[in-house]
Amino acid sequence: MLNAERKRTILLLIPIVLVLVGYVLYPSIETLIESFKKNGAFSLQNYGDFFGSKAASNLEALWNSVYISLLSVFFSALIGIPLAYIFNRYDFPGRQFFSNIAIMPIVLPSLVGVMAFMFLYGEAGLVPNALKDLFHLSEVPFSIGGISGILLVHAYTMYPYFYMTTSSALNNIDPSLEEAAYNLGSSRLSVFWKVTFPLLTPGLVAASLLVFMVSMASFSAPYLLAGGFRVLSLQIYFSKTNGDLDMAATQSVILSVVSIAFLLFMRWFQNRKDYRMASKGIGAHRSEVSNPLLKWSMVSLGIIAMIVLLLPHVTLLVLSLVPEGAWTWQTYPQAFSFENFRLLFEDTNIWDPVRNSLIMAAIACGGVFVFGIITSYALVKRTFIGKNLLDILVMIPWALPATVVGMNLILAFNEPSAFSFGKVLVGTFWILPLAYFVRFIPLVVRSTNAVLEQMDDSIEEAAQNLGAKWFYTFRRVVLPYIMPGVLSGSLLAFVQAVGEFPTSVLLYTLGNRPISIEIMNQLRMFNLGQAAAYGMIQVGLIAIVLFVSYKFFGVKSENTL
Amino acid sequence: MSTVNLSTITKRFGNVTAVKELDLKIKEGEFFTFLGPSGCGKTTTLRMIAGFYYPTEGKVKFNEKDMTTVPPEKRNTGMVFQNYALFPHMTVYENVAFGLKVRKTDKKETRSRVEDVLNKVRLGQYIDRQVSQLSGGQQQRVALARALVIEPDILLLDEPLSNLDARLRDEMRNEILRLQREYGITTIYVTHDQVEALTMSDRIAVFNFGECQQVGTPSEIYNKPVNDFVAAFIGETNLFSIKPDKEEEGTAVFQSADFDKSIYVDHTEENIASYAEGEELVMSIRPEAVRILKDSVDGNNVFKGKVSLVQFTGASVHTYIEMENGAQIRATDLNHGPSTYLKEGTSVSFQLPQNQIRVIPKAGE
Repeated sequence: MLNAERKRTILLLIPIVLVLVGYVLYPSIETLIESFKKNGAFSLQNYGDFFGSKAASNLEALWNSVYISLLSVFFSALIGIPLAYIFNRYDFPGRQFFSNIAIMPIVLPSLVGVMAFMFLYGEAGLVPNALKDLFHLSEVPFSIGGISGILLVHAYTMYPYFYMTTSSALNNIDPSLEEAAYNLGSSRLSVFWKVTFPLLTPGLVAASLLVFMVSMASFSAPYLLAGGFRVLSLQIYFSKTNGDLDMAATQSVILSVVSIAFLLFMRWFQNRKDYRMASKGIGAHRSEVSNPLLKWSMVSLGIIAMIVLLLPHVTLLVLSLVPEGAWTWQTYPQAFSFENFRLLFEDTNIWDPVRNSLIMAAIACGGVFVFGIITSYALVKRTFIGKNLLDILVMIPWALPATVVGMNLILAFNEPSAFSFGKVLVGTFWILPLAYFVRFIPLVVRSTNAVLEQMDDSIEEAAQNLGAKWFYTFRRVVLPYIMPGVLSGSLLAFVQAVGEFPTSVLLYTLGNRPISIEIMNQLRMFNLGQAAAYGMIQVGLIAIVLFVSYKFFGVKSENTL
Repeated sequence: MSTVNLSTITKRFGNVTAVKELDLKIKEGEFFTFLGPSGCGKTTTLRMIAGFYYPTEGKVKFNEKDMTTVPPEKRNTGMVFQNYALFPHMTVYENVAFGLKVRKTDKKETRSRVEDVLNKVRLGQYIDRQVSQLSGGQQQRVALARALVIEPDILLLDEPLSNLDARLRDEMRNEILRLQREYGITTIYVTHDQVEALTMSDRIAVFNFGECQQVGTPSEIYNKPVNDFVAAFIGETNLFSIKPDKEEEGTAVFQSADFDKSIYVDHTEENIASYAEGEELVMSIRPEAVRILKDSVDGNNVFKGKVSLVQFTGASVHTYIEMENGAQIRATDLNHGPSTYLKEGTSVSFQLPQNQIRVIPKAGE
C-alpha cells in the first residue's frame, strides 16, 4: 500500500503543483522581482519613490485605502449586526421574508451595484433630484461621490458578511447557555454582554477581517466614484495605464503584503479558540414580540430596510427599460421599452461582449471545476509533506486583491515563459480566462473542501473493502458525494467571472472585451439603459445560480461567501 | 472461507506502538472477538487484517497465503464499519450491489443475490429506499448485507453495535450470530463490550496496551483469567494483593494486608495461574462466589465485617462488606425477596470458598 498510495498521491500532486506554481506563485514572484527593478537594474528606487516625499500620492493612497477599509468595517458592522440580531431573535409578522431580503445585495455584482448607486444617489441621480423637485430646491440636497460614495457602496455590499456570520453564530448558540445564565440570576443585558456577545466574537472578527480585505481590494467603487480621491488598488491601475510597470509592481507588492498579513492573522485567530458548541440539536430560539408598538416599529423597520435594499435592483431594472436617448438632460427617463434587450439579442456588436464573457467564464469555470476537485481531494484526503504550504498557495489568489492578480499575470506573461508554452499571453484571448481561473480557484476548493471534510474516511474504505480499485471508488463514490459542493462552487465562480471587472480592465483586448468593460463603454457614451441591461443579465444569472444551488444542492447562500 | 494467521505483528505510528508482537491463529468458521478498552490496538489489528494498515513487522496470512502487503480491494474481506459507512447517495439496492458490480457479476445474478441477502437481514421491502430514510438498526443491517453479499472469506465487524440503543443491540446480536452461523464465515468482531464478547464469541482475545493478554473461550476468560487486567475487565470481581506463604497438602496458603487471617486456595490449575518467581500476585474472587454466612462458622477463609451498602438492582442484590481494616468486598446474590436483604451496619461473617479463588499475577504495563 505504501508504495501504491504514495505513487497515487504524487501523481495527483504533480498537476496541482504545476498549475499553482505556474499561475499563482511564478506571477507573484515576477511582480516581486519587477518591483525591485528600475530601468532593468536591481534597485530599491521604487520603494524609495513609494515612501519618499517625491510621490506623496502613493502614501496618501495607502493611507486612504486603510482608513476607508476601517470605516467600511465599522459601518458594515453597524448595519449587519443589529439587523441579524433583530431578524434572528424576535418574531414578528414578515420576519422570514425580511430576512431573505437582507442578503439581496449579494446578487449585485460590484460594478453593477456601483452603477445602480450612481443612478440613484449621484449628482444626476433619481433620489436627490426627486427631493429637489419635491421641495422646490435650487440644488440637489445631497449627492454621493468621493469618500462618502465609496463608503455607502461598501456598507451596502459588505454588510451581508456581518449579517450572515452573526446570523449563523446566533443560530448556533445553544439556547440553554443563555437560559443557564438567566437561571443563575443574570439580567438580560448582562446575559448579552457576558454570554451571547463573547460567543459571537469569533464570527465577528472573521467578518471584520473579510470586510477589511475586500475593501482594501475594492476597485469598482473607487473607479467610478472616487473623483480625485486616491486609493491603492486604483493607483495600481493608473500606474499600469501610464506604462510605469515598475511602480505598479511595487504598489501591488505593498497592497499584497497588507492583504496577506490580514489573511494570516485571520487563520491564526480562527485556530486560536474553539467555540464549538458542546451540545447538539439546537432548537429555534426566538421571542415573540407582543408589545404592539415595538412589533409594528420592527415591521416598519423591516419595510424601510427592504425598500433601501431593493432600490438599486429596481433602479437597474427600470433603467434597463430606458431606450437610448430617452434620458439625457431630463430629470427622469422619458420612455420605456424593451429596446435594450431586443438590441442585446439582435445587434451582434452589443451581444458580443455577453458572448465573450460567457465563453471565457465557462472556460475558467471548467478549469476550476476539474482543478478544484483534484486539489481539494489531495488537501483533505491525502497526507504528504508540505500540505500546509500547498494550502496557503491555494488561498493566495483569494487574499490577493483582483488588481494585483491582474498585475501579476501581466508581469508574468508579457514575455514568453514555460508556463505559457513559450507564448506571450498578454494581449491574447487566453489571458482573461486564465485570470478568471486563478481568481476563483480558492472559491471552488473551499466549497469542495467543506463537503469532503464531511465525508468520513470509512466511506472510501468501505468501497475498497468491497473490492473497488482507487479510480473506481473515486468515480463512483467520492465524485457523486462531493458533486453538490463542487457544482455550486463552480457555478458561483462562473457568475462572478461573468461580472469580473478589476482583472478584466487590466487585461482585456478589443477582441475579447467582456460585459463589464462594455458597461463602462456604454456609461461613457451615456447610454445608461444599455449598461443597465447588461447589468440585469448578470443579476439574473447570479439569481438563477443561487436559486439552483439552494434548491438542488441544498447549499445555503450564506455558505457561498 | 479462511483461517487467519497473524505472526509477530507489530504496528508503530511514529513513536507510538499500537500493536506489539501479536501472534494469533483464527480458525475456519470461527466467531472470534477482539475485546479491550479503547486505544488497546484491537481496531488497528482489524484494519491490518482488512489491509487498511500494513504491519510494521510481522506477517498476515489467510489460509497459507501471505496477505501482508496485498491492497484491501484484493483481500475479499467483508467489513462492517462502526458508522456503517453506507454510500449516502445510493439506494439500499445500490449499496448492497456495489461489491457485486465491482466483481462484474451479471445483472440478473446481482439482482437475485441482493434480494436474497436483503431478505436474510429482513429488509426485503426496503430495497429501493434511500439509505438516509432508514433507522439506525436498518442501516446496520444494510451494512451487514453489503458485506455478506460478496461472500467474503472473512467477515470483519468493527464495533458494529456501539451506535445502537440497548434493546436494538440485543436484537442485532442475535441477528449477527444467526447470519454468521448460516453462512459459516470466519468472523472477527471488535468490541469493548464484555457482554457482547461473552455471549457471541467462540473465542476471545483480550487486548490491553497493544498486547494480547489472553486468548480463550468465554468461559476460560471469565473463570481462568491470566492476570488482574483480564479478571477486572471481564465481569465484576474483588481484587486483593497477596503474598505466597506456604504449601499444605493440595492447598496453597497466602497472606494479605487486607485480611487478618491466612487465605487458603486449592492448589489446582483452575485456581492458581502460572506466574514467575517474584511476580506481584493478586487474588480475584467474583462477587457471586462470596458466601455471606448467617451464623459464625469456623473453617478456612472465614472473615468478619460490617455491611456498608446494600444495592438492589432487580435480578440481583449487591452487598458491600467493610472489614475492620477498611478493605471492602462485594458479594452478589440473586434476589430472594426483601426479607433476605441485610441491613446496613449489621455485623456479618463471610466465606471465600477456596475452590473459587483465582490467584493471578499483576499485569505489567
